[in-house]
Amino acid sequence: MSKKIKKEKVEKEYRKKLIRRRKPNRSIAGDIFLYLFLAFVALVMAFPIIYAVSSALKPLDELFKFPPKILAQNPTLDNFSDLFVTMGKSWVTFSRYLFNTVFITAAGTAGHLMIASMAAFVLAKYEFPGGQTFFKLVTVAMMFTGYVTAIPNYLILNALGWIDSYWAIIIPAFASPMGLFLMKQFMEGLPTSLIEAAKIDGANEWKVFVGIVMPNVKPAWMTLIIFSVQALWNNKAATYIYSEEKKTLVYAMQQIQGGGIARTGQAAAVSVVLMAVPIAVFIFSESQILETMASSGLKD
Amino acid sequence: MKEYFRKYVTLRKHNAKVAWKKMKRSKMCYLFLAPYAILFAMFFIAPVVVSIFFSFTYYNILEAPRFIGLQNYISLILEDDIFLQAIKNTLMIAVITGPLGYIMSFLFAWLINELPRWVRSVAVVVFYAPSIAGNCFVIFSVLFRGDAYGHVNALLMNMGIIDKPILWLINPTYMLPVCMLVILWMSLGTGFLSFVAGLQGVDRSQFEAGYMDGIKNRWQELWYITLPNMKPMLMFGAVMSITQAFGVCDVTMTLCGYPSTDYAARTIVTHLFDYGYSRFEMGYACAIATILFLMMILCNKAIQSLLRRVGT
Repeated sequence: MSKKIKKEKVEKEYRKKLIRRRKPNRSIAGDIFLYLFLAFVALVMAFPIIYAVSSALKPLDELFKFPPKILAQNPTLDNFSDLFVTMGKSWVTFSRYLFNTVFITAAGTAGHLMIASMAAFVLAKYEFPGGQTFFKLVTVAMMFTGYVTAIPNYLILNALGWIDSYWAIIIPAFASPMGLFLMKQFMEGLPTSLIEAAKIDGANEWKVFVGIVMPNVKPAWMTLIIFSVQALWNNKAATYIYSEEKKTLVYAMQQIQGGGIARTGQAAAVSVVLMAVPIAVFIFSESQILETMASSGLKD
Repeated sequence: MKEYFRKYVTLRKHNAKVAWKKMKRSKMCYLFLAPYAILFAMFFIAPVVVSIFFSFTYYNILEAPRFIGLQNYISLILEDDIFLQAIKNTLMIAVITGPLGYIMSFLFAWLINELPRWVRSVAVVVFYAPSIAGNCFVIFSVLFRGDAYGHVNALLMNMGIIDKPILWLINPTYMLPVCMLVILWMSLGTGFLSFVAGLQGVDRSQFEAGYMDGIKNRWQELWYITLPNMKPMLMFGAVMSITQAFGVCDVTMTLCGYPSTDYAARTIVTHLFDYGYSRFEMGYACAIATILFLMMILCNKAIQSLLRRVGT
């Protein structure tokens, strides 16, 4: 009997010591193995991107070498300058495509941020009949892809007369369910007392929203902006917009990518240009995005 | 019985009155919600309803829609061999890449959770980059090129495993596996971010309590403490991966061509595009969309009820 008590005591002491260690329950061998494994996986994940960048830097003769090399031996920027030459030859100028993409991205993101935040504010902070049901509908909408609604959307946009205009891309982007969802979840973390205090001071709902709620959810802004920019920047818009002068940069560049084997180098350059923007934006706002995603859980 | 009925009606009336009063009081809320609600109804709810409606009609945009009952569904399932092939491919892709991508997201998020802060941020960028890199996956068509200049072929030939190049993206045997590989590469998306953030938010004191109560290794820690805490994020991640897994079309269309050899890489969405945008058989395309919609929603509901049991 006393032996058992002693054993328990030893065990308890051991556990107490364990907590004081910086990393309890971890063996060094396991850690080393995990780090090696992670490094390997990271290399595999990064490989295609590195390869895309290096292909974009390869001169023509290296692209068709046998056996093929992964890294460029004599890196040049020829592919990028060729890209501008090819783009320069099309009758719609490069700057026009760029303007289209930037305009669609900027307008769609700004509107989405505004409209989704307004809706998220009342859904998160007020109780009113229908609010919960509406939010449930939004979460259901996250469960199916845009492809399901592509054809009816076309018919609806057609009825509105927006086909072949920027609005066909911009307006539906305002209502993206993901943005509302993340914003609402994040706003729920705001202390209600903040809003009540402002109300006692005589502010109306609009003032509370603009003056108090919005400045306090800046991380969520960034997140909404990122997701919206990603979606719109990569939007080919080919099904809703027909006129060449209204098409987006992605569409124009993918035409070059489809140019066959002779344009392998340029195609790689296109990929690099297109992925640079979303990845750069993500790197700059990573910590804010992660702060928002911490409240992204789907409760029921 | 009559008494009961009258009471029921009075109660309902009363409830409706109360709700109406509440609604009147929260006019402001509806004003705030209105812009989003209208757009959401227009571009997310209405399309689903419209799609279900048109799936019972023959509609080619030029003529007015003609009601034909279940004919679209019957021909989809009984006569359209390519659609069955598409369903088979989509399910194959969804069943393999969906759960695998989901587990990968969680596993890597969990493993990088203990790294020092700056290493973790770099790791998040490296793992997340493929899913936001737009159409960077086009580069796989160079890696898997069908001639000896493709890296995979060159590597296998140098090692003596094969003696002539394999047409990875043209031979139906290899198409789907290559596509799945690419999809897996891109699968650490929004769900992954949610997991990384959620793991950071788990309360440290719970782990300490766990050590006192005799948790012995990191696997027990994962099952008894981390996973139950992560449930909401797990749900969110599941929604993201299911939606992605069923919506595959970009990768297969870009890599294997559209249409692909023997329709070996055709998915439901590709089939939808074919009928909707190439043949303008809108009624038929809407039937496909409705089936896809039902598949996604049902699968989501099933997975959610499964996830509710994690860690209990």
